[in-house]
Amino acid sequence: MPVESVFSRLELLLPQVQKPIQYVGGELNATVKDWDSAAVRWALMYPDAYEVGLPNQGVMILYEVLNEQVDVLAERTYAVWPDLEKLMREYDVPQFTVDAHRPIKAFDVLGVSFSTELGYTNLLTALDLGGIPLHAAGRTDDDPIVIAGGHAAFNPEPIADFVDAAILGDGEQAVLQVTAVIRQWKADGSPGGRDELLMRLAKTGGVYVPRFYDVDYLPDGRIQRVVPNRPGVPWRVSKHTVMDLDEWPYPKQPLVPLAETVHERMSVEIFRGCTRGCRFCQAGMITRPVRERSITGIGEMVKAGLEASGYEEVGLLSLSSADHSEIGEIAKGLADRYEGTQTSLSLPSTRVDAFNVTLAKELSRNGRRSGLTFAPEGGSERIRKVINKMVTEDDLIRTVSTAYANGWRQVKLYFMCGLPTETDEDVVQIATLASRVIEAGRAASGKGDIRCTVSIGGFVPKPHTPFQWASQLDHEATDARLHKLKDAIRADRKYGKAIGLRYHDGKPGIVEGLLSRGDRRVGAVIRKVWEGGGRFDGWSEHFSFERWMDAASDVGVDVDWYTTRERDQHEVLPWDHLDSGLDKEWLWEDWQESIASSDDGAEVEDCRWTPCYDCGVCPGMDTSIQIGPTGRTLLPLSPAASPVRA
Amino acid sequence: MQRLRIRYAKRGRLRFSSHRDFQRALERALRRAAVPMAYSAGFSPHPKVSYANAAPTGTASEAEYVEIGVAERCDPERLRAALDASLPPGLDVVEVVEAGPGSLAERLEASHWSVRLPSLTLAEAERAVGLLLAAEAVTVERVMKDGKRLLDARAPLLAARVDADPEDGCAILDMVVRHVTPAVRPDDVVTALRVVADLVPAAPGPWIWAATRLAQGPLQPDGTVGDPLDPDRAAVGATAPGPV
Ligand code: SF4
Repeated sequence: MPVESVFSRLELLLPQVQKPIQYVGGELNATVKDWDSAAVRWALMYPDAYEVGLPNQGVMILYEVLNEQVDVLAERTYAVWPDLEKLMREYDVPQFTVDAHRPIKAFDVLGVSFSTELGYTNLLTALDLGGIPLHAAGRTDDDPIVIAGGHAAFNPEPIADFVDAAILGDGEQAVLQVTAVIRQWKADGSPGGRDELLMRLAKTGGVYVPRFYDVDYLPDGRIQRVVPNRPGVPWRVSKHTVMDLDEWPYPKQPLVPLAETVHERMSVEIFRGCTRGCRFCQAGMITRPVRERSITGIGEMVKAGLEASGYEEVGLLSLSSADHSEIGEIAKGLADRYEGTQTSLSLPSTRVDAFNVTLAKELSRNGRRSGLTFAPEGGSERIRKVINKMVTEDDLIRTVSTAYANGWRQVKLYFMCGLPTETDEDVVQIATLASRVIEAGRAASGKGDIRCTVSIGGFVPKPHTPFQWASQLDHEATDARLHKLKDAIRADRKYGKAIGLRYHDGKPGIVEGLLSRGDRRVGAVIRKVWEGGGRFDGWSEHFSFERWMDAASDVGVDVDWYTTRERDQHEVLPWDHLDSGLDKEWLWEDWQESIASSDDGAEVEDCRWTPCYDCGVCPGMDTSIQIGPTGRTLLPLSPAASPVRA
Repeated sequence: MQRLRIRYAKRGRLRFSSHRDFQRALERALRRAAVPMAYSAGFSPHPKVSYANAAPTGTASEAEYVEIGVAERCDPERLRAALDASLPPGLDVVEVVEAGPGSLAERLEASHWSVRLPSLTLAEAERAVGLLLAAEAVTVERVMKDGKRLLDARAPLLAARVDADPEDGCAILDMVVRHVTPAVRPDDVVTALRVVADLVPAAPGPWIWAATRLAQGPLQPDGTVGDPLDPDRAAVGATAPGPV
């Protein structure tokens, strides 16, 4: 039976809301398929505003991968702003997809991609507007299976009550596997309802179904154990890893919105994973090992994507783009190909070395020069050892000098505050470092008006990292430390005026910390916050720290216990049954090395260039490092004559 | 440099695009269609595109205009087809002509609008339009970025009448509005109708109206709105396309 579009009702509301174009769909390269001829139907949600969600690569890739299947249909849905939410409630319009404006309740699956935990309240809004019970336990066969993915899904316990399942790791093959299970179950006549479907998914070993696990607690509140509560459910659920990125050149047809979004460019992922071993970095830990796309594969994606989208800018994405084994050839090859055109290329890389500046220069041959950001992350040599970010002060000075000497008037430096073992002194030293940057910059450029901006964020310990046991710095101490840094910069009469400081207060970091390392008991806080009006928690104008703290105390959750408490070696962590491949013992040893680092801890090198140090991922996940060089080059493109010429 | 004038329509759900949304979409479509654009000189060159009097966000239009400069001579019809194919459905390129002498923007003196008013009965709509035409001036308030602003919605209204939609009998306001600064938009006229006639919507729900610009161009002696591309077609000896 076809499902009615809600657009005729929605369009009556749109004249009354801000930026209505974000709700109408019709993006270039969007796909609308026939409802009845699809065997399996996915609604894909990015739980933030359209302007943030539309450019999200994860959703864009899965949307295309799924729609390429003949009998599968995928549509997208995003969080609606409060002005439209209010009208939708008043006039009874359900949460809809932007492609064909179908109610999300009608789909087989609602797949939600969480890049950050701060999207959790937006999931609840969407479920509620969609007429889907908030608690998974209350859903019936008429409701979609709600599946969480994205980096935050590596600890989905705080949202365990609200999702039916979670998938860890790369989604391309995982969504096809889930589709196959659903297709078969429907072809069998949907035996056993959603319970059997979830059971079939759980049995694959690659889909986590929280309801099939019981969590027992110790009297002191720590977790005693997490055990499957029915036969056939695996003890641990593994992450998914796509091997051979050249086989998965998505997005092939980037979505191009009419509305303005946060990234007005197309992106090509040049490799996945990072093994630099920075201890704070969850992305680096959970995406191992490194898998490169080949230079020729990249060249083809750039060409095809530009033709399909009409974008003017291409970003070469990855966790550390300058690390691609053939990045020099890639930068040169692409710069040659697009020289003299209006196409500009950018390489978001924060690696602290002069080669990065050379790359940026190469890519800006077309005239447009993007900003340069370097991330020493820690203010002192000591703390950089603790986090395994082996950058010396001289490296940094050399790098920025090269940048200023090559005509950049401004560089950005990225740091963190609240790292394990950190003292005020480690942070205040950032001011000294920034002064040296300006001093060196003036000397290198011969100009007095160069600047640097220090951007500093609060550190939040994340699951599946060596810092998963660490104590998070409370927000008062974070703020106090940041103020000392501010004062130190201001007190610098000679260089202070050339240094900008950008920081946020420590409060949102505490909520992020609660959600990152929380367990199932934190779900009640999320629900309470949502009921109290919590929406768009990633936006400072919508975020309310008080609302989170009040909700936590209402439901009896001690926020400090989850955030500032250091865990010991044998504590069962809420995500221990979710397998990222990292060996827990290796993580613990790395954590111990880290704390010892100030004296004699050893540097963990990058396993791309040194022997494997047995973090556990490759054997555990049956994967291996895939890097070049391939030795291939990018040939020039033959310019096509314009077809519209007279 | 050859200059080309483009008439396009903004239809269906794409009426919710803002002028900025259209600008981005057009510039991307020009690249996708491989139109050999002329660029401005300077440090960050821009393609030569000039926009004229765009319809407000939320209103549909059959008569929007934009002028572009190209570095190599283009065939107007081929350019029309290529650009239309590169824009999303709903932003439709109706006609492209080579620019003759004179400014396009200056020819856009007034607009012909059709506004569906499903919230009103035919009789209510007729009464309200009668009252509006009889008034000297009707001040309405509009919320703008920099605060509230008062406008006279009556003075630029050159003609107005109410028809019934032959299909569903819905009241349709057909009107000609002179372009003034600040512009008086269809929603201002709808507000003016509510003000003069003290109207409340017939059914509970939001106030519903849907405006479409049918034409904009020079004011003809008979009070109708002419085709602003006529002089351009005359200059190259082309004829107007049939109804679209
Ligand atoms: S298992 Fe070895 S090679 Fe693989 S990511 Fe870990 S350290 Fe690197």
